[in-house]
Amino acid sequence: MSATPVLALRGVSKRFGAVQALTDVELEVHAGEVVALVGDNGAGKSTLVKTIAGVHPIDEGVIEWEGRPVSITKPHDAQGLGVATVYQDLALCDNLDVVGNLFLGRELLHRGVIDEVSMEKQARELLSTLSIRIPSVRIPIASLSGGQRQVVAIARALIGDPKVVILDEPTAALGVEQTAQVLDLVERLRERNLGVILISHNMADVKAVADTVAVLRLGKNNGSFPVKSTSHEEIIAAITGATDNAVTRRAERRTTEAAK
Amino acid sequence: MSDTSNVVKGEDTPKSEKIGAQDTVAPADDPTAAPVPVVDPRLLVREEGLKGYVTEFKRKIKGGELGSLPVFIGLIVIWTIFQSQNSRFLSADNLSNISYFLSATGMLAIGLVFVLLLGEIDLSVGSVSGLASTVFAVFVVNHGMNGWLALVLTIVTGVGIGALQGWFFAKIGVPAFVVTLAGFLGWNGLMLWLLGSSGTINIPDDSGPVHLFGQNSFFMDQAIVGAYLLAGLAVVLSLVGNLGEQRRRKAAGVPFRPTSEILLRVGALAVAAFVAAAVLNSSAGVSNALVIFLAALVIVDFVLRRTTYGRKVFAVGGGIEAARRAGISVPMVRITVFAISGGFAALGGMFFAGQTASATLNAGGGNTLMLAIAAAVIGGTSLFGGRGSVWSALLGMLVIQSIQTGLDLLNMNTSIQYMITGAVLLGAVVIDSVSRRSQKAAGRA
Repeated sequence: MSATPVLALRGVSKRFGAVQALTDVELEVHAGEVVALVGDNGAGKSTLVKTIAGVHPIDEGVIEWEGRPVSITKPHDAQGLGVATVYQDLALCDNLDVVGNLFLGRELLHRGVIDEVSMEKQARELLSTLSIRIPSVRIPIASLSGGQRQVVAIARALIGDPKVVILDEPTAALGVEQTAQVLDLVERLRERNLGVILISHNMADVKAVADTVAVLRLGKNNGSFPVKSTSHEEIIAAITGATDNAVTRRAERRTTEAAK
Repeated sequence: MSDTSNVVKGEDTPKSEKIGAQDTVAPADDPTAAPVPVVDPRLLVREEGLKGYVTEFKRKIKGGELGSLPVFIGLIVIWTIFQSQNSRFLSADNLSNISYFLSATGMLAIGLVFVLLLGEIDLSVGSVSGLASTVFAVFVVNHGMNGWLALVLTIVTGVGIGALQGWFFAKIGVPAFVVTLAGFLGWNGLMLWLLGSSGTINIPDDSGPVHLFGQNSFFMDQAIVGAYLLAGLAVVLSLVGNLGEQRRRKAAGVPFRPTSEILLRVGALAVAAFVAAAVLNSSAGVSNALVIFLAALVIVDFVLRRTTYGRKVFAVGGGIEAARRAGISVPMVRITVFAISGGFAALGGMFFAGQTASATLNAGGGNTLMLAIAAAVIGGTSLFGGRGSVWSALLGMLVIQSIQTGLDLLNMNTSIQYMITGAVLLGAVVIDSVSRRSQKAAGRA
C-alpha cells in the first residue's frame, strides 16, 4: 500500500439549502485498497460519492488527488483525473450490444470511422481478464441478466483506465451467485492496484472484500476501521451511533432465549 | 432466447466455423478459476448452412425480431392483388414509375428515420417539403436566382426550420409532438402566404435541379450500361467491404462471417440489383431521382452505423440517462437530428417540385406526412426509438408507392386512397407494437 493516498478528502462539507448533508468528512483511499463506505439511509454516502464524482461540487474542504489539491466541479473533471463511478441504476443502453456500451462515448476510431473490430477485440480481452462470462459481446444489453449487466457496467468503468472506482451498491439487486461474481470482480480490481470505494448495506459483503470500513453517521465521520480486526458489532454500533440499538437488543434477546 | 427446443446450442455444433478462435483462455491471475471457453455454451450459435438460417430465422420471428419480413410479405400480397386487378401493374413501365415516385417521399422518410431512432416524431416534414418547393420557386422564378444556389438555400432553410423545432424540443422542453404539430400548421401557412393569390408558380424545367429531379432525367442519359454499372458497383462494393471486414476480424482473432455466408448475401444482393436494373432498362432506364435517393441511403447508413455521431443517435434513443453519463450532449443530438429531418424534408420537397415542375398549394399536403411515417415504420424502424435502419425508408417506400400506384391504376377515388393509407399506417404501427411486446418477452428489448 502506497504512503500517499490516491484520493483523500479533507474536511469536506456540503449543504443543500437548510440541510447540512456533509460536515468535515475525511476519507482516504490508497491504490490497491477497497474502502467500504457504510452508514444508514440518509447518512450522506451517496452525497459523498457524488462530490467525488463531480455531480455535486463541495462547499468547503479539500479534495486531494495523489497528494495534490484538485478542484472537481463537474463529472468531466472527475473522469479526467481517473475516477470512474458505477451508479446503482446502471445506465446502460438496452439497444446497444455489450461492445457498444463498453465503449459508449469513447469509441475507438480507425481513419475517422468506428473501429468495431478493435473494440470487439479489446472488449473480449477485458472481459476475459476479469473472468466475466457473457454469452457474446455482440448481444444487446436487453438480453443480459441483472448480474451480467452489473459486471458489464463495472467493466465499462475500467475502459478509461481509472485509478479509483466507485461502486454504489453493486450487489443490492443480485442473487447469491451473481453477488459472488461481483465480489470476485472487486477483488480483481484491487489486484489491478485500483482504489475502490464500495458503498454497501450488506455487512457480509463488506467483511468479505473490504480492507477498511469508513462509517458515516448523520453526515459526519463516525470511525474508520480495519476490517480484519473489527467485529461486526463494532461496525453496527458505529453506524447506528450506540452500542444499545435495535440490532444489539435483538441479538441479546436471541442469546438469552437460546440460553433458556 | 425463450425457445430452446429447435435451436442449436454452441456446444452441440462442433462443425461451427463461425467462431474464429475455438481455444480456451485461462485467466492468468486466478489459477483456481476454470478455463473460460471463448464460446459460451448458453450462446445460441447459428449452425452452418441453410438449416442454420432456418432455425435462426424461426427463433428471431418468435422473439419478435421481424426485421424486413413484414415488408416482403406486404409486397407479395400487394403485388398479387393489384396484378390480379390490372395486368399492367407489374409491367416494366409501371415498376419504373414506382421506382421514380418513391424517391420523393423516401427522402422525407430518411429524415424521419433519424427522428424515430430517438423515439420522437416529426409531424412537420410534409409541410416543410411543401414550403421548400415554394421557397425554391420564389428564389428561381421571382428573383431569377441560379437554380443550384437556390437548391442550396432551400435545403439550408429546411435545416434551419428543423434546428429551430429541435431547439424548442431540446432546450425548452416542449414535447416534439407539439412543436412539430405547430410546425405542420405554421409552415403550411407560410407556404400559402408565399404563394399568395397566384396559387401556383411554374418552374421552368431547364433550371438545373428541377430537371435533375424530374421524370425525364435519367442516369447516363438512358444508356443501357448505366443501370448495370450501378448494380455492378453495388455488388463489388458490398463484396469488397464484406471480405475486408472478414480479413480484419480474422487478423484480430474475433468471430467473423464465413465466406459461404458472405457469398450468399452478396449473391442475393446481386440478383436483386441486376433484376431491378434489367426491368428499369426495359422501360426507360434509372431515373436520376432514384440514383440520388439510393446514394443518400448509402451515405446516411454509413453515418448511422460507422460514425460516432450515429452511435450517439442510437445511444440517446436507447437510454437518455446512459447517453448523458457517457458524456454525450443529448440536446446537441436532438437539435441536429431534427435539423437533419428538416433538411431531408426540404430535399424531398425539391423532388416533389421536380415531379410537377411547379410549386403548388397542394405540395406536401394531403397524406404526404402519413406516407413518410408509414414507410419508415413498415420498413422496420421502431416508433419507440433505438431500433431501425435507414434502409427501412427504401423498403417501406416500395410498399407504400406500390399501393399508391396501384390505386391510381385502378382509378380509385382520393377518399378511398386516404382510408387505405390510414389503415396501412395503423397496421404498420400495430406490427411495431406487437413485435416490441414479444421482444420484451424474449428479453430483447
